[in-house]
Amino acid sequence: MTAPLLAVRDLRVVFPTRAGLVRAVSDVSLEVAAGETLGIVGESGSGKSVSAQAMLGLLPLPGRVTGGEILWRGRPLGDAAGLRGREIACVFQDPMQSLNPLMTIGAQLVETLRHHHGLSRRAARDRAAELLAEVALSAPARRLDQYPHELSGGILQRVALALALACEPALLIADEPTTALDVTVQAEILDLLAGLQARRGLAVILITHDLGVVAGLCHRVAVMYAGRVVETGEIDALFANPAHPYTQGLLRATPGLDNRTERLVAIDGAPPSLRAPPAGCPFRPRCPIADAACLAPPPFAATDTGRAACWRAGAAAWAEVAP
Amino acid sequence: MAAFLLRRLLQGALVVLGVTFTVFVVTRVFGNPVDLMLPLSASAEQRAAFAAELGLDRPLPAQFMQFVGELLRFDFGESTWQRRPAMAVVLERLPNSLLLIGAGLGLAIILALPAGLLAAGRPGGLLDRVVTGISLAGLSMPQFWVGLLLIVLFAVAIPVLPTSGMGTPAHLVLPAVTLALVPFARMTLFVRSQIMEELNRPYIRTALARGLPRSRVLVGHALRNTLVPFLTLVGWELVLALAGYTVVVETVFAWPGMGLVAIQALQRGDLFLVQAIVYTVAVLIVLVNILLDVVFKLVDPRIGLG
Amino acid sequence: MAAELGEDVPGLIGLLLLLGVVGMALLAPWIAPHDPAAQSVLARLAPPAWLARGDPAHLLGTDALGRDVLSRIIWGARATLLVGVAVVLLSGSFGVLVGLVAGYAGGRTDAVLMRLVDIQVSFPGVLLILLIVSVVGPSLLTIVVVLAITNWMIYARLVRGTVLSLRSAPYVEAAEIVGCGPVRILWRHILPNLVSPLLTVAILEFTNVVLAEAAISFLGLGVQPPATSWGLDVASGRDYVFVAWWLVTFPGLAIAVTVLGVNLFAGWLRVTTDPREREKRFGWSRAARALAGRAQ
Repeated sequence: MTAPLLAVRDLRVVFPTRAGLVRAVSDVSLEVAAGETLGIVGESGSGKSVSAQAMLGLLPLPGRVTGGEILWRGRPLGDAAGLRGREIACVFQDPMQSLNPLMTIGAQLVETLRHHHGLSRRAARDRAAELLAEVALSAPARRLDQYPHELSGGILQRVALALALACEPALLIADEPTTALDVTVQAEILDLLAGLQARRGLAVILITHDLGVVAGLCHRVAVMYAGRVVETGEIDALFANPAHPYTQGLLRATPGLDNRTERLVAIDGAPPSLRAPPAGCPFRPRCPIADAACLAPPPFAATDTGRAACWRAGAAAWAEVAP
Repeated sequence: MAAFLLRRLLQGALVVLGVTFTVFVVTRVFGNPVDLMLPLSASAEQRAAFAAELGLDRPLPAQFMQFVGELLRFDFGESTWQRRPAMAVVLERLPNSLLLIGAGLGLAIILALPAGLLAAGRPGGLLDRVVTGISLAGLSMPQFWVGLLLIVLFAVAIPVLPTSGMGTPAHLVLPAVTLALVPFARMTLFVRSQIMEELNRPYIRTALARGLPRSRVLVGHALRNTLVPFLTLVGWELVLALAGYTVVVETVFAWPGMGLVAIQALQRGDLFLVQAIVYTVAVLIVLVNILLDVVFKLVDPRIGLG
Repeated sequence: MAAELGEDVPGLIGLLLLLGVVGMALLAPWIAPHDPAAQSVLARLAPPAWLARGDPAHLLGTDALGRDVLSRIIWGARATLLVGVAVVLLSGSFGVLVGLVAGYAGGRTDAVLMRLVDIQVSFPGVLLILLIVSVVGPSLLTIVVVLAITNWMIYARLVRGTVLSLRSAPYVEAAEIVGCGPVRILWRHILPNLVSPLLTVAILEFTNVVLAEAAISFLGLGVQPPATSWGLDVASGRDYVFVAWWLVTFPGLAIAVTVLGVNLFAGWLRVTTDPREREKRFGWSRAARALAGRAQ
């Protein structure tokens, strides 16, 4: 395995609110190597987006990193401002909201290109058109003079990708890049992402709640629950043989991935409050096979397929459901 | 664009008609121009003659038609105080008022944009508290009082600036500062809250994620996108200045503008002159509003030309 | 909420200032050291008590007729609050009524009423007020009526907007289907939603009215002597601005303090009634930073 491009060690992020301290991310460790695609999967509120925002140094108020470190090519990332855009780029969920509504597509591309590469106005414009062509937009030169409100969500997400690629980043963080789009457009964007990744040798961190998206695109996956990584591993092995009861439950609840059951079954209960998480394993209240051991925090231990934070890793947690 | 302008002009005409009706009702129905304009010592014959001359002996609808007709012919009557056409007095004083408004609002805008931006850059920080505090204080102080305090300060304590009249650029300083304070305060708070709102939008996060420096995102994106609503506020302040600030500030500093003349005319019962001023200001307000609408259409790509 | 007010120092100061002014107005006969109209040739233009030549009996000095400045300020609070409250109540009720009718009736009624609002908003405000007051004759009552008929539009716009958006809300439609009449729907289902924004607007309008009354009285077209008003006192002190600075300073300060108190209190109220703003306020407070630091 190559040396990791980005390594996150024991990251902790908290949000002080009037109702108490929300521990959004606790002891999260992740790695992504050059050219690799890492999927981060979890329900909303599992801390996946907050982790990404912390990596970019763009935590919303009143969030704060209170522990751990983020290493970029082996060196501490600092406040990330110097790397943003240049080495680490990102694409966000809602393309309609992610572009400045009062600037043309071209102006936003040119601005970014000029800032990072010091190009002349004309050279930047030419490069901008090339980038739009690279994300498979028709008539790129004409698009440059259009405003975001004149374009559809799918096209805007391509523009957002072009903006992210403007500075030849080594890592692209895609935070729910397809959630706000129509299903057919989703597939196009994912194809595009896969193509770009292969062609440019990009490392990608793909954040999603959709296991199907991860399955098609990622090399490795990290499953997050209640602000913690509960399981990681190579994608195929992990999907074939999930060790953590939560991962098993997620797979059962996702269509088309788990062939063992015909019916989709939701996981009973709701994720715990991040203000007052339960002692021990955070999944314990919802876990069908929890026992007394689970009252202690589980170690993040090696399993057949990767690592999992579970005392009973590997045990089948959910009874087979008869068709 | 032409259809749009025509529609706005029609709306403006409606405003002027509304003002006309109000002025007519106030002066002819609630008040009596003869009592207002003639001295108390005037004899009954003099009063009757004056009323006949103004057409006040005719029924109200006929009076109203005559009133409107005179306005359409730009006939605002003769100032009884200055003994010359009322509009001539207005046009003579108007540039002085516009100079004062321009200087005051210009000052307010130049200071409010950076102040609001800096305050929004670090909400809750020391700078934010100072700027917010000054703005709240500015909004709370009556303009005439601020003017008088400045006079006390600069006439008694530090006698470097003239405190009344007009002439040198130095004469402009105190009136302009006084006029600027309230608009500055309102604009600063507005820019601050708008930028804070804007900074919460996803496109700001994207701009930061693209690696643009914070200062550039603040000015090039957040501030820039705030300018359109900011323009609305500037227009509103301009309207308030035309119709109100100038009266107070010019009175305090004896600045020979339209506002001072209006007060003097009111004190002398010079109804025609007051009417001429009211109409001039009404028309100016209508023009400002139309101008603003046109500028919006040119600036904001999301508003179509229709 | 009360505990939060304790944390928000400016808001608390605002409330205290406001209570002080209200107390002054209510208790004027008992707390004013002198009769505000009592003249004394011997005690003319006495400076504030702490200055040389100051008279301890006249804490804030006396005016050109020997009247006690402090007593006049205490009594003047009455005119200010009376005008402010009366105008806000009058214009508020009228504006709310117009807004409810326009928003609920919709169609032509709405178009006509809102065009009326648009037109009146473009009127040359203070100038027209001055003209009306001078024609009708300046008095406290005239001021109240004129300010009320020139300030109702903001309430109408606010109420109409809210009513329009609520009219199509499912629970309002449901109420209509079960046969609630328009009055009941407006009163029981729509008006409660308007309380918080109306309160905020009314409080801010109150400051505008206070400042407007002061300005009109200062220009000599508002409250008339022998009645007292802070704006009027500043105007009469103006002639002595070079010899008796306290005559313009203290009444004007009273206006500023009143308006500042209302503004500070309104700021706190606005943040507190908006959950998002509340969370932000918490996030920015130093306490939150310290808490985040301790979590390390």
